[in-house]
Amino acid sequence: MNITRLFTTHRKPLSVGFFILLIAFVLTFPLYGGIYPTSVLTTMLMYAILAVSWTMFSGATGYMSLAPAAFLGTGIYVMALLQNYLPFPVIMVIAGLISFALALLLGLVTLRLKGIYFTIFTFGLVVFIGNVVNYVEAKVIERHGWVFNAMDETTLLYIMFGLAVVTVLAAYFIGRSRLGLAMRSIGGNEEAAEHMGIDTTRIKVLTFAMSAVFMGAAGVVVAPSLSYSNPGIAFSVVYSFVPIVAAVFGGMGNLQGPIVGGLLFGYLEKTLRATWLNYYNLGFGIIMVVVILFLPSGIVGLVPMLRDKLGGMIAKLRKGGEAEQHGNT
Amino acid sequence: MAEAERLLGLSIIGMLGGGVYGLMAVGLSLQVGVCRVLNITHGEFVMLGAVLTFVLSQLGINPLVAPVILGPLLFGLGFLLQATLFRAVKARARSPEAFEGNALLVAFGLMYIISNIAQIRIGVASLPSHYLTSSVSFLGVNIPLNLIVGFAIAAVLGIGLYLFLTRSRLGRAIRATAEDQPTAELMGVNTKTILAVCFGLGALLAAVAGTLISLRTDVNTGIGFNNTVIALVIVTLGGLGSVPGSFIAGIIIGIVSMLVAGLWESILIVPVYYAMLMVLLLVRPSGILGKK
Repeated sequence: MNITRLFTTHRKPLSVGFFILLIAFVLTFPLYGGIYPTSVLTTMLMYAILAVSWTMFSGATGYMSLAPAAFLGTGIYVMALLQNYLPFPVIMVIAGLISFALALLLGLVTLRLKGIYFTIFTFGLVVFIGNVVNYVEAKVIERHGWVFNAMDETTLLYIMFGLAVVTVLAAYFIGRSRLGLAMRSIGGNEEAAEHMGIDTTRIKVLTFAMSAVFMGAAGVVVAPSLSYSNPGIAFSVVYSFVPIVAAVFGGMGNLQGPIVGGLLFGYLEKTLRATWLNYYNLGFGIIMVVVILFLPSGIVGLVPMLRDKLGGMIAKLRKGGEAEQHGNT
Repeated sequence: MAEAERLLGLSIIGMLGGGVYGLMAVGLSLQVGVCRVLNITHGEFVMLGAVLTFVLSQLGINPLVAPVILGPLLFGLGFLLQATLFRAVKARARSPEAFEGNALLVAFGLMYIISNIAQIRIGVASLPSHYLTSSVSFLGVNIPLNLIVGFAIAAVLGIGLYLFLTRSRLGRAIRATAEDQPTAELMGVNTKTILAVCFGLGALLAAVAGTLISLRTDVNTGIGFNNTVIALVIVTLGGLGSVPGSFIAGIIIGIVSMLVAGLWESILIVPVYYAMLMVLLLVRPSGILGKK
């Protein structure tokens, strides 16, 4: 029994163990973590949700959406409008449904066309929605920003964590279902997929809308910790671009990639951005280019690669040792 | 009568400003149409053109001479990016679709790299880069001289580019590469050089557009993103890869932006662009002059 064997034959129990440890860590964190670190963890989970749901659609189909923030911002605004009237879970559901409807509408306009139109359309989408909301606020209802009711950080963390679990499970089961297969075949070769009898437009629109549900719901949960919001805060391009970098960095080929990337970049976002804004963003860009060029399966893809390399080296050493023994006898 | 005059004035100013938008979009159109790179860094090149024009003017170089220096400089940068970075991405991609996706993500990284280097070096302050601010009266409308000069330069470059693409040998090679790269290669076109030239040309046109923008408004290192949005909208409206289409769409967008800002509300300019884009994608996805 050596390390390589341990990691290759017991891969499944190991990843289950990893998830159990992660769950235990998050659930017990508020007991010893303190209030601010708890809110950092909530933000990290939010980015993980965004990265996972982004990968669910864009990673599988190859249609690059540049607008997770549009749905997150929608969630934040639903929370602002409804926080005093409805219970929290109901608001989450409503935000999810509204994001779903919005994504459905966008998908119907752009997803029947080639991917490039979809990407072009999503690039400025956040500015578009932000400006419309801005106009309505400033000129129609004459109101400047919204204040959120304070909520307990521990509760928010647990809700965000629950949502993250639901998102990951949904991504896992959609990935394994016929829908997931259809999405990946679109990503592989859309024309071939169409000839196989897959209604590509329907699949794309549907899965894009489904991925938006989790982003919208995450917006509701993150809203109270913002304490104040206006169109500039809610519809910030940061929320669009960080999840993409996180997903690409982590690796889009599997579920662990966007989770790891989302948690990592969520943490960096909270800790480094304020003091190192430009250098942080510069690093962001460099990581993006380097990962695409040299790490096509992301940082998570490094693990099996290193494992294989390590395994190969160990095996070589063994063989060398054995050969030496044979030589001696 | 006063209202009609105001409308006319807004339309003329919008049209003149739109010419510069058209020039900006033509560059992107080349990169998208020939290199197959949805270059969301484009606005950052416009920003570089605009900001560096101001930097040069501080050194005593006339803003109208600046493109002579900045054009070749950014052409070289664009050429190198295509010849090294995007070529490497292409070599690693499994399929053309995979290349387009990865090229977009690389462009996304470049957008962060360029804009943040500019912000670190130059700062984020607004730079008063106006030039030729005196106006000329035309049909009872006062038109700033910088708008007229900008439109004239954009028009000359646009027509020049059109003639270059349709009449010259290199232009024909570019169009062949855009249409069918493997076949063009078989016909003896050095497509790798062609792609790099096109990317460089796109960057050059962005730089000139940046200079022209800096003549009439204050500029800063943060203007890249909005210019990318505008260029993307125009390229789609005009039809991917069409030079006249980009100019027509640029002029339409210029007029619309002035009318929306003048008669309604400047916050709503981007939403109106998007409404136009949505209608177009529903009715005629290939753009005004795009091929089916």
